[in-house]
Amino acid sequence: MNELIFFFNNVMIAGVVLGSIYAVGAIGVTLIFGILRFAHFAHGDMMTMGAFVAFLLMTAFQAMGFTTPFLPTGFVVLPIAMVFTAIIALGIDKGFYAPLRARGARPVTLLIASIGVTLIIQGLIRLFFGSGTWSFFETEQKQLIRIPVPLEGVTRTINFTQPQLLMIVATIIAVVALHLFLTRSRLGKAMRAMADNADLAQVSGINTKLVVRVTWIIAGGLAAMAGTMLALDVNLKPDLAFNIVLPIFAAAIVGGLGKPFGAIAGGYLIGFAETAAIFNWSVLARPFAGSLPFELPATVAIVPTEYKLTVAFVILVVVLLWRPTGIFKGAST
Amino acid sequence: MSVARRSLLLFAGLFVLFVVVGWALGAANISLLLVQSFAYALVALGLNIQWGYGGLFNFGIMGMLMLGGAAVTFISYPVNAQFWGSEGPLMLGKALMALLAGFLLIWGARRADRLGIKGKWKSFVTVLAWIVAYIVYRSQIDPAAAYIESAGGGWVGGLGLHPVLGWLFGGVLAAGVAYVVGKICLGLRTDYLAIATIGISEIIRALLKNMDWLTRGTLTVSPIPWPTPLPQDLQAQGVSIADSFIYARLGFLALVLIILAIAFFLVQRAYGGPWGRMMRAIRDNHIAAASMGKDVTRRQLEIFVLGSVLMGIGGAILVSFQQIYDPGSYQPINHTFLIWVMVIVGGAGNNWGAVFGALLIYITWMISDPVAQAVMNAISGWSTDIGWGGIPEIQSRASQMRVFVLGVVITIALRYAPRGLIPEVVRREA
Repeated sequence: MNELIFFFNNVMIAGVVLGSIYAVGAIGVTLIFGILRFAHFAHGDMMTMGAFVAFLLMTAFQAMGFTTPFLPTGFVVLPIAMVFTAIIALGIDKGFYAPLRARGARPVTLLIASIGVTLIIQGLIRLFFGSGTWSFFETEQKQLIRIPVPLEGVTRTINFTQPQLLMIVATIIAVVALHLFLTRSRLGKAMRAMADNADLAQVSGINTKLVVRVTWIIAGGLAAMAGTMLALDVNLKPDLAFNIVLPIFAAAIVGGLGKPFGAIAGGYLIGFAETAAIFNWSVLARPFAGSLPFELPATVAIVPTEYKLTVAFVILVVVLLWRPTGIFKGAST
Repeated sequence: MSVARRSLLLFAGLFVLFVVVGWALGAANISLLLVQSFAYALVALGLNIQWGYGGLFNFGIMGMLMLGGAAVTFISYPVNAQFWGSEGPLMLGKALMALLAGFLLIWGARRADRLGIKGKWKSFVTVLAWIVAYIVYRSQIDPAAAYIESAGGGWVGGLGLHPVLGWLFGGVLAAGVAYVVGKICLGLRTDYLAIATIGISEIIRALLKNMDWLTRGTLTVSPIPWPTPLPQDLQAQGVSIADSFIYARLGFLALVLIILAIAFFLVQRAYGGPWGRMMRAIRDNHIAAASMGKDVTRRQLEIFVLGSVLMGIGGAILVSFQQIYDPGSYQPINHTFLIWVMVIVGGAGNNWGAVFGALLIYITWMISDPVAQAVMNAISGWSTDIGWGGIPEIQSRASQMRVFVLGVVITIALRYAPRGLIPEVVRREA
């Protein structure tokens, strides 16, 4: 049983945590692709930026002597950080992408422009915060939650941190809210219509400019959420999300670009695949070590830990070859 | 203003910029900058073939540069006698046999339909073959790697051959990998291709960084020999220390310029010829080109491999020149995006533009650090004077400025000169 709990802690919980971050990030990527038809490469850096906004807000709150009893301050300021990042995202669109779109630039040009945005955001973050790491938990403590399993002979506990729990709750709220928005509200339906066929949506009287703005607001807000959650789980650094932009894109593509629910599925698929691939499966077989016909090796992992990032990519290639538009039939340029 | 006159003016301006920077930084520094910027020009030519001629979205340049570096390290580094005297070569040979056996197995599984295994069963057999091949290979390579790293001399070492051979091997290795990558990825649409190539370059980085037995990983390899005399060799012949660095670097520069000139000549000829015309036709409208009987996928694979060869050679030259191979130092920003900015700013599709962009962007990239430092020092002095206090950690902040400058440069270029400073000239036969 102890081994099973070890498995649960290291694969299931870690996979849910990682998958939530990938999913929330991938929703933004997939929405932008659906509406604007280009791969927004700067999404990872928008996540990092959102995390830094939250960090600044937290520092400001703490400087004003404001403390929260149960929750980490970094989490409490998240809604405000989401609003700020959404505003910045609108500004980025106005300053960088809208002029190119107005000129009728190809999606490829917009992709290159988004690399320019990546470099500018990273440069600014490094300029102001240096290249070191920052923690949300300098003054507060990261609470560890241990749940004992009421079974005989079980000594291990199910472990996770409070930010991880909050992160999963926040993801569920965000996904439900997004679902209601996309299926119930007029604007959400307009967004789906535009993702399906932009020209048809425009001639049927949908305000496409408004839809674009709403897309950036949602993408910016979700980016801030994903970035802050990641920074609460690990540490804050300038290349925090730049390093995971590949799995996020993989999640969006695997789920089918332009499909928000595909992105969620893709995010969890890749999150679980990564944690399962680096898990030491030999641990699970240890209780039966005596009755096995061969000697059990100390470590049996599908890939060594250093190659964790390659898992996302292998899944991406396999899915692209087997079903080129993703599992849920995504859009194409 | 005609494009020829405009490019002449731009190159003259670039020359003046190099002279001014050289005057400010000294001859030793500018000779270093020149060698590196011309090596980058070779890489930019490679991307110009892929993107400018063929319209392929390769974001995996970093991987090709790393492969080139690994190749030149392997060929030109002195022989590691301890490894060759140990069990290591035998074990590696076994791992290689396992790899070949695995490929044979997969190859066989893909032809399983000849044995009457069809449809779902064939996919099942293929997946099974992949899994078996992977397990067989891992079972051989893992002990071999562990043995070499602990008892077999640490890593395989080099072959002790001439560095220029290493550069050629860098090109060959990059070509081989590009062929496999292209086979898998070139069927994908543009933005998928971008993500896929990024992924592949990340995999190459993960492999080269962690295969300590092959590349020494983060332990780094140095000193890698030069093809031309080193400053130390010149000093031994009685040249003063300050001069020896300049002469040695100029010697290296001459070799790089020869290679660049040959590559440039060939690439330029190819552009004007029927092959280049066909490539442009595929780039501009691949459906029309296909309907005219051109084999689009094959041609794209061709151009992907050719561009990667130049990238591999460029990456090998850079590593040779720096004399150190450190897989941990490769970053997508410095080794992929930088080159994209070079080609976009210079002018995609025009080789003069690519070379111009490479030289201009590399020098901008290198001098934005000292310039930012000077500016920050000035601001810091001013803000201290009026009582606001200085800027902390100016040195580390200034070195990050160049990422920002690069982002601003590409944004301005896309907005105001989307076809580059020296744009492609579309010749129309009357």
